[in-house]
Amino acid sequence: MAPALSSLTPTHGPDALAAHPPSLGEVSDYIALLKPRVMSLVVFTALVGMVVAHSAVHPVIAFASLIMIAIGAGASGALNMWWDADIDALMTRTRKRPIPDGRVRPDEALAFGSILAAGSVLALGLIANWLAASFLAFTIFFYVAVYSMWLKRSTAQNIVIGGAAGAFPPMIGEAAVSGTVSLETFVLFLIIFLWTPPHFWALALVKSSDYARAGVPMMPNVAGADATRLQILLYTLVLAPCGVAPLFLGFGGWVYAMVSIIGGFAMIALSVQVLRLRTGEPAIRAAQHLFGFSILYLFSLFAALLAEHGLGLMRPLGWHV
Amino acid sequence: MARVSPVRDRVPAPTPEELKRRRSRSIAIALALGALALLFYVVTIAKMGPQVLNRPL
Repeated sequence: MAPALSSLTPTHGPDALAAHPPSLGEVSDYIALLKPRVMSLVVFTALVGMVVAHSAVHPVIAFASLIMIAIGAGASGALNMWWDADIDALMTRTRKRPIPDGRVRPDEALAFGSILAAGSVLALGLIANWLAASFLAFTIFFYVAVYSMWLKRSTAQNIVIGGAAGAFPPMIGEAAVSGTVSLETFVLFLIIFLWTPPHFWALALVKSSDYARAGVPMMPNVAGADATRLQILLYTLVLAPCGVAPLFLGFGGWVYAMVSIIGGFAMIALSVQVLRLRTGEPAIRAAQHLFGFSILYLFSLFAALLAEHGLGLMRPLGWHV
Repeated sequence: MARVSPVRDRVPAPTPEELKRRRSRSIAIALALGALALLFYVVTIAKMGPQVLNRPL
């Protein structure tokens, strides 16, 4: 039996220094490991969860909790990049990431992500409460172990189930400031959860050859492009009504009503376009339009709630059931 | 007893570029640790309230 690699690699002394050369990474490479764009979305949705909770928590505690949620999200990104370095190297969209590009070693990314994950959970528990910390720990575990390590390479439903990891932040935000989770933030969880498949499958339609090269079983590669287009429309038909649910639960006002109704119809219209235009350049453009608009749609929904609850623009509709 | 060659004989000396990157990483770590220390201090004051400063000298 071949000896384990760890028994051949010195862990201390001069040989260890020779085996692990100095890092070549720049500060910007470590920031890239944190997936700043995903981090900003997590911070934004967690903030909305905090604002919707209307808790009397000290603003400093809320701010510090938000920082820890952001660090936890960044840690997930670093651990995801550590695990997925082999397939990232095969896809045009990801091959310039720090690990496949050779700027950061995998063991550095693993240590960086692990320390940030443990530190952010511990700090959130001490700063806010242990419910929020447990939620953050579960989210990191779900994204890294359930999505990245298990689902991503084994099933076409990878981003459907894995989407839960991206949907948890509003609930973590609320738990951090109020110590509990309500129906309101569960609805926000559902909105992000249902938004994820149309959003990522629109991207997968455009980048299907990339995913095929890497062997990632995205829906277009497994079920075919047409079946994916139909599923995009079906998910959007569930997402749009879910998007207006806050109006009937009493935490969405006039601003939210306009954004969610117009945005919901636009999402359905763009999904119909994706289903209708199936070949050539128009099909690619339709998928790109849906992908781009889906980001604007989700951002607008949460920005409307932030404006209504955070800036005092809330004007109830009286549709509360 | 065999003589063990010193580290500097086996590990290539860092290039100026590597030294520059190491320095910028060190500065970033220092700034991050400083920011965290400040954050934990402010959180402590916020959690314990202003009374934490009100004590006989």
